[in-house]
Amino acid sequence: MSSGIVVVGHGMAGARLAEDVRRRDPRVPLTVLGAEPRPAYNRVLLSTVLAGGLTPEAVRLHAPGWAAAHDVDVRTGVAATAIDRAARVVRGTDGSAVPYRKLVLATGSYAFRPSLPGLDAPNVAAFRDLDDCERILALARPGARVAVLGGGLLGCEAARGLAGRGVDTVLVHPKPHLMERQLDADGGGVLAAALARLGVEVLLGTAGVAWEQEKGLRCADGSLVPADALVVATGVRPETALAAAAGIAVDRGVLVDDRLATNDPHVHALGDCARHPGAPAGLVQPAWEQAEVLADLLTGADPGARYHGTRPVTRLKARGVDLATVGEPAAFGADAEVLRFADPAGGRYATLALERDRVVGGAMIGLPDAAASMIQFFDTGTPAPADRLGLLFGRALPGAPETADPGRLPATAVVCRCNTVTKGALVAAWRGGATDVAALGRATRAGTGCGSCGDTVQGICAWLADADPPALAAVPEEGAA
Amino acid sequence: MSSAAAAGNRAFGLDRGMPFPVTDLDDAEVVVLAGANPAETMPPLMGHLRDARLVVVDPRRSATAERAVASGGLHLQPVPGTDLVLALGMLHAALVDGHVDKAYLAARTTGFDDVWRVAAQWWPERAEQVCGVAAADMRTVVGWLAGAARRYVLTARGAEQHAHGVDTVSAWINLALALGLPGRPGSGFGTITGQGNGQGGREHGQKSDQLPGYRSIADPAARAHVAGVWGVDPATLPGAGRSATELLAALGRPDGPRAMLVFGSNVLVSAPDANAVAERLAALDLLVVADVLPGETAMAADVVLPVAQWAEEEGTMTNLEGRVLRRRRALRPPEGVRTDLEVVAGLAERLGAPGFPAAPEEVFDELRAASAGGLADYAGITYARLDAGEALHWPCPDEDHPGTPRLFTERFAHPDGRARMSPVDHVASAELPDAAHPLRATTGRVLVHYQSGAQTRRVAELAGIVPEAFVEVHPDTAARAGLADGDWARVVSRRGAVRARVRCVASLRPDTVFLPFHFGGDQAANRVTNPALDPTSRMPEFKVAAVRLERV
Repeated sequence: MSSGIVVVGHGMAGARLAEDVRRRDPRVPLTVLGAEPRPAYNRVLLSTVLAGGLTPEAVRLHAPGWAAAHDVDVRTGVAATAIDRAARVVRGTDGSAVPYRKLVLATGSYAFRPSLPGLDAPNVAAFRDLDDCERILALARPGARVAVLGGGLLGCEAARGLAGRGVDTVLVHPKPHLMERQLDADGGGVLAAALARLGVEVLLGTAGVAWEQEKGLRCADGSLVPADALVVATGVRPETALAAAAGIAVDRGVLVDDRLATNDPHVHALGDCARHPGAPAGLVQPAWEQAEVLADLLTGADPGARYHGTRPVTRLKARGVDLATVGEPAAFGADAEVLRFADPAGGRYATLALERDRVVGGAMIGLPDAAASMIQFFDTGTPAPADRLGLLFGRALPGAPETADPGRLPATAVVCRCNTVTKGALVAAWRGGATDVAALGRATRAGTGCGSCGDTVQGICAWLADADPPALAAVPEEGAA
Repeated sequence: MSSAAAAGNRAFGLDRGMPFPVTDLDDAEVVVLAGANPAETMPPLMGHLRDARLVVVDPRRSATAERAVASGGLHLQPVPGTDLVLALGMLHAALVDGHVDKAYLAARTTGFDDVWRVAAQWWPERAEQVCGVAAADMRTVVGWLAGAARRYVLTARGAEQHAHGVDTVSAWINLALALGLPGRPGSGFGTITGQGNGQGGREHGQKSDQLPGYRSIADPAARAHVAGVWGVDPATLPGAGRSATELLAALGRPDGPRAMLVFGSNVLVSAPDANAVAERLAALDLLVVADVLPGETAMAADVVLPVAQWAEEEGTMTNLEGRVLRRRRALRPPEGVRTDLEVVAGLAERLGAPGFPAAPEEVFDELRAASAGGLADYAGITYARLDAGEALHWPCPDEDHPGTPRLFTERFAHPDGRARMSPVDHVASAELPDAAHPLRATTGRVLVHYQSGAQTRRVAELAGIVPEAFVEVHPDTAARAGLADGDWARVVSRRGAVRARVRCVASLRPDTVFLPFHFGGDQAANRVTNPALDPTSRMPEFKVAAVRLERV
């Protein structure tokens, strides 16, 4: 077998790349090395597993037998130990030496652990992989109190998930507000209040200094946060050791260009371990977009394919807290038009930055349909509507009543759709002597089709019967109502 | 074939628009209408939806969507061409929120695990980013469906008319199956088939790869059966022909037809990419159109055969419930006007193949025999039973059989009795917006016009209400194009342009415009539509074309 494509890493990026390569080229030799002993799974859904919505089996990416059916040599439990770029061989922990024509690094990231004493205790878990998830669930026994260290996206999701399982949960965050990478202080406050309502105790501005296995988390001010277990969610770092040891250029990620190539033309990288100037860190969307481009290039399906970056969209997956952010708050221009609304008591918050009618950043809490629109405007670059109130609030904005009272319906409003009878026609028929529903039906055919307008015709009839002659003369025309 | 028919066959082993009487909907608590606007396209259906909480999936705030909001339901407004993602996101939400009916899946279906592998990749927040419908709304609607005892998912053209329409309908079927709806009395999945006889046409061979009774022309047993009814050698039956859109594209080409006989179809207005259709019709040696009225296609014909209209002839129609309805002549056709059957019989006679009956009941009896033993079995349905007032739904295999108002209550029509879930995934529309064509155009109907408008544009009362083509546009989008409400605009795609009057509609998505397709000439919406076809159903992508707006 001639040497082909070798992918190091069987996470979301590596597994997707394998699929995308096979979809384009069913024959090219394809080997995937995965350090974890289990088949590839969907890391994004770990917080849903933690919250109890999905079983570990349900987040598996490929059906059993997928690799064999697609002629992909997947070696789980085999981590790469070294790359011999001169010989174009990658070595595995099982002693194997796998030759490659093209090597793809998809080594992902690892959970960053702050240098606190005590974090190696058995009742401390990171929150990065399925093993972590299972350990946390084992520690979060009924009645246990669990501290979550780190109030970023993952920490908030973990805390919410545990609280939803009935676990007594405290979220400890050293910064003055939650998710400070994505939210300003007001937004962070609304999020903290929302989590608190869902049973999460939130401690802000609280830096842990040590984990005391029998007691809990010791804080910088000397206080103790009592807890039976600790979940560390203090961020992730790109896994670049293998690349760096092989002399591949690394700077907070394996550096790649628009072809996802490193400084060695035979070595590519994608996903969390890679650093492309346009790719936001820690999201799956860039990895999947990069997989498509790289598959096009590696198989020759589209030699012109290029990755130009991904617009950062962050969505908190926490039941009962609808939070979305787009863009990087730090990147707003000084002349951006900024809209803001905060309703801490109602659990709602919105901020939007626009430049020349384009949404360049924003955050929304508790306004789900407005958040969905914000994401669309941001993602597609479609100019945002001039109706800024509607943009900010969506359906939460009180609008015209959905069922207007008969007196306020415009004369041109179609009452009976089957026969296209307007309110004006009904009024005219009434004036002509058809003064009950049956007579209106005979005169105009209103209500004689499907009959679903019956209530409205009845209402108009009643309104006409009650109305004084001057009101009849003042049937508003469309637009005047 | 309709995309819904293909998806229904794939999932249930049989396609009948509604596998239950439409009156079952009267008692529904929740009904999801995906890509359906019955308030305008089939108003009588709304009478059966009066008490239900409605959820309408439509890029436009249609009359049906307004009704949904008033019913305490929701209007979900996806980007045109992304309905499949919405259905996947809802299926994901259903599993996570504990709403999947696992006992039903185990007893009555196959394939959920493979379907889940796809849906697992579309957690609601990711689906939201693509389709634009809030993740929270997906969860809410799934919760409503799961929490009701009597609930339905219904699809129509909005789900079907895409280059991946079969998969889109399959995604809605998968959701319905996951929630345990199909085959459960008081709940179900159905398709709102089009026109009075849309169902009847699609099950009896009004399509180039079928034989009557929903038989396949490629199936030797089916060929032998039908050839036996006709008393001919099965080898003389042709094989599968081109689909409608592909047939039109082949006209006048070296490997295509040189002559065409059209019955009652105004293809110059109703087929996608109308400019290309006009070019192909002009390339024919002979075009003959049998029609009631001089529509655009009839006017382009070399020979027009004036034929009777529906109230001038006897016959049957099969409605969306698979119920056969008797149609009776109310008026005598004008002198010199033949029925379609008389035209066929006369042509056969002159082509040297006599024996084609022109009497409707005789033809129907032949159809009964041809369909006997097939999926859509009409053998037991007679004019006498229908005239006696019996409500007969197929299959009805013999004259003592009461018909089948409800299908699937015990088993689905696949050999193992189970419904098959298909692992379908999102594929982008065949044509996406770009800098030159930044908007998505979607097409549809208005209440007062029917199909190509050949009939309704001639009725003064109807033409007075909607006299000309219009384009619904968000007011900001119109303003950016320098257009105001009431202006004439040109809507331009890569294939052509349509002239339409601007209607500013604040509830429309700013990235979407809507065109009704009932008008001809330079107002024909199909001048801009994309003839991209679904790979299975060969249904064209009427619902998504990339366009821009220009001032006239």
